[in-house]
Amino acid sequence: MYQYILKRLLLMVPTLLGAALLVFLLLRLVPGDVCVLRMTGGAGYVDPKAITLCRAELGLDRSYAVQFLTFIWDFVRFDFGKSMWTGRPILEEVGLRFELSLQIAIMATLTAIILAIPLGTISAVKQNTWIDYVVRGFSIAGIAMPSFWLGVLIILGLLITSKALFGSPWMPPIKYVPIWVDPLYNLSMTIFPALATGYRYSAVATRMTRSALLEVLREDYVRTARAKGLVQKLIIRRHALGNALLPVVTIIGIEFAFLMGGLVVTEQVFNLNGLGRLFVASVTNHDYTMTQALVMLVATIFVVTNFVVDIIYAWLDPRIRYK
Amino acid sequence: MKLSRYLRPVPIAAVGAAIAIGFAGPPVQAAPKQGGTLNFVVPDEPPSWDGHRETTFALIHPFAPFYSVLIKVNPDNPSSPTDFVCDLCTEMPTPADGGKTYTFKIKPGVKFHDGTPLTAHDIVASFRKIIFPPEGTTSARVAFFVMVDSVEAPDDHTVVFKLKYPSGAFIPALATPYNFIYSKAKLAEDIRWYEKNVMGSGPFKFVGREAGAYVRGERNKDYHVAGLPYLDGFEAIFSNKQAVRVQAIRGDRAAIEFRGFPPKSRDDLVAALGKDVTVQESDWNCVLLFTPNHRKKPFDDVRVRRALTLGVDRWGGSESLSRIAIVKAVGGVAFPGHPLAATKVELEQLPGYWPDINKSRAEAKRLLQEAGVPDLKFVLWNRAVDQPYTIVGTWLIDQWRQIGVTVEQKMEPTGPFYARLRSQDFDVTVDFNCQSVVNPLLDIGKFLSEDIGNESYGGYTDRDLDKIFEAMNRTSDTAEQRKLMRQFEKRVLDEQAHSFVTLWWNRIIPHRSYLKGWKVSPSHYLNQDLANVWLDK
Repeated sequence: MYQYILKRLLLMVPTLLGAALLVFLLLRLVPGDVCVLRMTGGAGYVDPKAITLCRAELGLDRSYAVQFLTFIWDFVRFDFGKSMWTGRPILEEVGLRFELSLQIAIMATLTAIILAIPLGTISAVKQNTWIDYVVRGFSIAGIAMPSFWLGVLIILGLLITSKALFGSPWMPPIKYVPIWVDPLYNLSMTIFPALATGYRYSAVATRMTRSALLEVLREDYVRTARAKGLVQKLIIRRHALGNALLPVVTIIGIEFAFLMGGLVVTEQVFNLNGLGRLFVASVTNHDYTMTQALVMLVATIFVVTNFVVDIIYAWLDPRIRYK
Repeated sequence: MKLSRYLRPVPIAAVGAAIAIGFAGPPVQAAPKQGGTLNFVVPDEPPSWDGHRETTFALIHPFAPFYSVLIKVNPDNPSSPTDFVCDLCTEMPTPADGGKTYTFKIKPGVKFHDGTPLTAHDIVASFRKIIFPPEGTTSARVAFFVMVDSVEAPDDHTVVFKLKYPSGAFIPALATPYNFIYSKAKLAEDIRWYEKNVMGSGPFKFVGREAGAYVRGERNKDYHVAGLPYLDGFEAIFSNKQAVRVQAIRGDRAAIEFRGFPPKSRDDLVAALGKDVTVQESDWNCVLLFTPNHRKKPFDDVRVRRALTLGVDRWGGSESLSRIAIVKAVGGVAFPGHPLAATKVELEQLPGYWPDINKSRAEAKRLLQEAGVPDLKFVLWNRAVDQPYTIVGTWLIDQWRQIGVTVEQKMEPTGPFYARLRSQDFDVTVDFNCQSVVNPLLDIGKFLSEDIGNESYGGYTDRDLDKIFEAMNRTSDTAEQRKLMRQFEKRVLDEQAHSFVTLWWNRIIPHRSYLKGWKVSPSHYLNQDLANVWLDK
């Protein structure tokens, strides 16, 4: 098992290096200049001397090789430097957003797990009954409906119903307060995006749970368990579900990592100051240092999540760890 | 700055007499109430917090309340381009020395938020940073002050500006809302201190900021205007999605957004909130232009360029577009309603403004035929911003379709779009001109020859046009200025057909009715210190 873990850890290095090289090169292919943008908002006259000065200050006048090596060396030391756009430490800029994105990701994941595993199981067990049809319809609707659109509907629904019921329209707060400062306020803001995102997420996981469980239920060892006279509940819980969850764990892991940086539109709909919005802003502003840091952060989250998923795999399935 | 040689004597009065800009005026105000926190939404966050460096309104809306300025537009009459009042000075000065010396007496007892006194030396240090930026700093408004020779403080309560020549552009330039007064001591400590820190003497004190989320201010109890501000504090909440900003007002998470909303959002808010929402509107000192690249064939042919403007029905466009976009007023090169702007009768003489659009389009087709491009095809480059760029761009395509011209619209984000304009890699482009203090004499600098107008992208050199501009800025006679403005306008829009005005923007501000004391101005940069704002809750 230790050898397995070590191997997985070593594989992270080339993956992260590849991501670093890719983002570094792609960013420099995009036309535009952070200095021009920062000084004029895009339009207007820029003093060439000020541009030269700005580029020198940001280290953009150095060769690409030096810039890349500096970026890698800083990353290894967890020194992300300063944002080229705001001039502030990247860790400070990312810190607050990371907290919010992590909370939403955890809440959405919990929503998805709470919905997906029971619904997927019921759907598989009650295959081709009306219950199965309802669950499948529910999950297909979740896959078909973009979470940001669901978010818009939720906000409009809240505005309209609160106006009808209480006389004045209510919508979730648009400014984040950490959960330990004001739990009620925090939840009134985060619960709706978590539900909107978690629903779509759960839909995928429900479908996966159902199909994986159906496959497992047809295995010989399940038939043997039935032949022994075990009750259905025990067969599902002890013998089938654990094995059926392998692909579901993968889906949950990938989706969780995706949620950390990929909720761009949902964040905009609910005015969440998360990593997705920062990502878009940093790309738009040609903020190389910030974009590089965010890509490396998300890549690290993906790599670590995959690592954790692999470990869970090995834990769930002894064949993997003894291979 | 090459523009400098054109900024010549113009008395302040000649900048334009007080104008009546058409806007649905604010409601009658009751007696102001103290207290409460104003929440408002801001579409963007500025790169730095230094007003001297930045050009975006995203800096003004959250940060202007922290600072005092030397002079400002009158908050009770913000629509006037000539009504300036003192903020830190005691009275507006009378120019001496043939209009070359302005002496400002500074209010005694003004304190910065850290309790240190604000003196004339702080004002001088701030304006020196703006006008003569030291090595390593950036000032966005050096060009505004090319007429200034020196700024001195003979004592703690006197600031003297000496000009190289009398200029009517000086006072409006001083009133630019970005001219925050900084502490001389802080600047001496680090000239770039204000890029990341806030410490002014304005009506509100900086409390805090969360990156990408909000900026918070609290009432400055030592504010230099007795009784102000009325609010206990404010919170500027960043929200880059317009739909969210509209819903925020509807759901009362914010009382106002100071930049402006499109008509549809106004109508939605009015329908949803009824008397709980108040709408203020004003003509806006921003305009979208379209500019052919004179260096590219067939746009080097004046007939082709004239055909493009003749094909556009501005009068009809105003009616239809004003229902869906933030554009409305038909105007020439000067801000509509200003004394120097063309009247409707004068406009109707210019191509593209004729009252009979069929006659205009027939002439456009004839010119294209004559130029040998009856089936002209080109790419219109546009900025990927919905309001009003995409809408106006799409409208232009339809207008040109009606004279047999086929146009493909390509849109780019702001950075690459302006990089393209600077490199003149386009056939025809949408462009804009947006200013704070209404000052047509300087605002039309956009149309000058490319080696003079810093933001002129058409790739043309027209010395006759430059001479008219120079003459206009040298004369002190308003009637003469007006006559020259007409010549300038005719040369730009007709004879040489260099660049064209589409429709002037229309500023629509729907806000919660409990917000009082704020008056709409023709610029989203003006009147934003929030000192007079109060909440009727």
